[in-house]
Amino acid sequence: MTEQMTGAQALVRALENVGVDTVFGIPGGAILPAYDPLYDSTKVRHVLVRHEQGAGHAAEGYAQATGRVGVCMATSGPGATNLVTPIADAYMDSVPIVAITGQVASASIGTDAFQEADISGITMPITKHNFLVTDAADIPRTIVEAFHIASTGRPGPVLVDISKDALQAMTTFVWPVTMLLPGYRPVTRPHSKQIREAARLIAEAHRPVLYVGGGVHKARAATQLRELAELTGIPVITTLTARGSFPDSHPQHLGMPGMHGTVAAVGSLQRSDLIIALGARFDDRVTGRLDTFAPHAKIVHADIDPAEISKNRHADVPIVGDCREVLTDLIAAVKAEGRKGDYAQWWQALNALKQTYALGYETFEDGSLAPQYVLERLSSIVGPDAYYVAGVGQHQMWAAQFIGYENPGTFINSGGLGTMGFAVPAAMGVKMGAPDSVVWAIDGDGCFQMTNQELATCALEGVPIKVAVINNGNLGMVRQWQTLFYDQRYSNTNLQSTRRIPDFVKLAEAYGCVGLRCERPEDVDATIQKAMEINDAPVVVDFVVHEDAMVWPMVAAGTSNDEIKYARDMAPKWEHED
Amino acid sequence: MSRHTLSVLVENKPGVLARVSALFSRRGFNIDSLAVGPTEHSDISRMTIVVNVEELPLEQVTKQLNKLVNVLKIVELDTTQSVQRELMLIKVRADADSRSHVLELVNLFRARCVDVAPDAVTIEVTGTADKLEAFVRVLEPFGIKELVQSGMVAIGRGARSITDRSLRALDRTA
Repeated sequence: MTEQMTGAQALVRALENVGVDTVFGIPGGAILPAYDPLYDSTKVRHVLVRHEQGAGHAAEGYAQATGRVGVCMATSGPGATNLVTPIADAYMDSVPIVAITGQVASASIGTDAFQEADISGITMPITKHNFLVTDAADIPRTIVEAFHIASTGRPGPVLVDISKDALQAMTTFVWPVTMLLPGYRPVTRPHSKQIREAARLIAEAHRPVLYVGGGVHKARAATQLRELAELTGIPVITTLTARGSFPDSHPQHLGMPGMHGTVAAVGSLQRSDLIIALGARFDDRVTGRLDTFAPHAKIVHADIDPAEISKNRHADVPIVGDCREVLTDLIAAVKAEGRKGDYAQWWQALNALKQTYALGYETFEDGSLAPQYVLERLSSIVGPDAYYVAGVGQHQMWAAQFIGYENPGTFINSGGLGTMGFAVPAAMGVKMGAPDSVVWAIDGDGCFQMTNQELATCALEGVPIKVAVINNGNLGMVRQWQTLFYDQRYSNTNLQSTRRIPDFVKLAEAYGCVGLRCERPEDVDATIQKAMEINDAPVVVDFVVHEDAMVWPMVAAGTSNDEIKYARDMAPKWEHED
Repeated sequence: MSRHTLSVLVENKPGVLARVSALFSRRGFNIDSLAVGPTEHSDISRMTIVVNVEELPLEQVTKQLNKLVNVLKIVELDTTQSVQRELMLIKVRADADSRSHVLELVNLFRARCVDVAPDAVTIEVTGTADKLEAFVRVLEPFGIKELVQSGMVAIGRGARSITDRSLRALDRTA
């Protein structure tokens, strides 16, 4: 098919042809030509956000809820630089998004023209790849390449920067296009020899553990994971980005590892003789001090990105491949191996840890609300079929700990980059990608004040998300560190949000949302139920909680996992396990 | 630490050099020398990068380089299995009295005089880093006025070519 049209029309047509139905963005000078044909598109819905950062996080939420590529759009200069945070966030958490930015006319590039920023240079280290397009004829092919790169192999963000003159120029639109990516060949099929070796180690291990990361859900491999786990009887731990990939209610689940992981999960890694890492990257928040991490364990490391293997911890058996293919092959190899490992003693020890050091929290005698209780009730009342989208900080850790996840991909948060302000715009994107599901943003009062302008977008575009603001009046996680490591000197962490500046209920109402407030434990259930009954508008619930609540267990930064505390100055006793 | 020579075949496109050098600095690897130029195939450029790293970080840098979409192929060239050359231009003080001594050294090192002035000569010399270093040392007593040096380029010994298969990859997509 060939047709004469402008570069801008070619862009919109290419987006339609690769299956885009939703774009989050804000127009401006350099990208204006693209917004004109977008106005006519019946296939692409453009969601006008209030800040480009919101567009980026919404695209991330949309991508994670749908499994497809999320799209955001912005103009040159400040529009593009406002996308930098969500692009970096998507890079760290391997979220497939395509960011389309306008650029000043090609003749002006390099002259410090109005609203000029070298966004392809700026985003080079935080994109999987990026393009600068100055010829209208290149637009359709570049869009196809961008979507291909974003969604295949290890997913990630791709930026396409298009100069204004390329958008305005006439070109011949040719479809389909042929990609020119000779250097891009992601490996998805695992090596059979390594798979057999992994199966052999599994049969010989006495204390194995399946360390499951975000890659398992990205490969849509939760079913295969469960099959392998049940086939072998090996305990499973799920990282922050993998919560839900293995049901929390499953008896083989030990919980989340890491800085705020369960004692059983952290302990299992430290005592294991074999770690089978699946789509995980031995992040410093999981390993603690690296030289004391899992000292007795051999490592089977499966990841689609070869650069992750042996990056932080040497892999005895490296497996490059898509987690679903790896798991499918591994299940077959374990069956073929025939021998079954004997993990009875291992389970005895782990079950003891699980029972002795189950997650718990402190309640307050003055009748004020414990934040963990809010999350616990939310989990019971809302249930495991909803999506939970968290920001970053204490509320995020409590959401990871106290909500029971049964379904893969139902906990969406900012893991690697730790982006405060992620929750509200990401929840908007999730809700647009999964309109029939209940979507709860769980936010802190600090995070919420960074991006709550997107409530206006939600209200106007008919996106009825629900927001639970866990309002302790402080930058809670930072305050916790000040409590523990800085002599309770609370330098610049008190936001005083509990003094109702701003008043979150009034703020919600100002944005066309329903605002609710809950300050006492006895009101929690009724408030959540009331929020659940409202489906025609976004709801914001201001849960005013005690400021002294802390996230436990904790492995302090830079220390060994062996130093885990399950409460302040309370170290678990390990000896009775052997 | 040890020196490693990487031959990197990349697509001949704008910005590729920036991507490669930015990757090195972002991941905390130091480049000793980098040379880039066209190859026998107009769509492919070749970079020769000398890095001073341990074995493990080298594996990491190679893997990270491989992830760059514009990178086609990476080969580590063994010092004994490859020919390695650098080019240097040196301006040395040389008047009527000292010129013949300088020219004698030029001949000894199989270098060439490329420009002569009444009180200086400019010399072109190619070779391994060791040879160039030795040459600079013997010229120093005369007074080195200016010196410029290229990055190292290297090519494997024998009939095999590292570009063959990458060319086929390019042809498939063309």
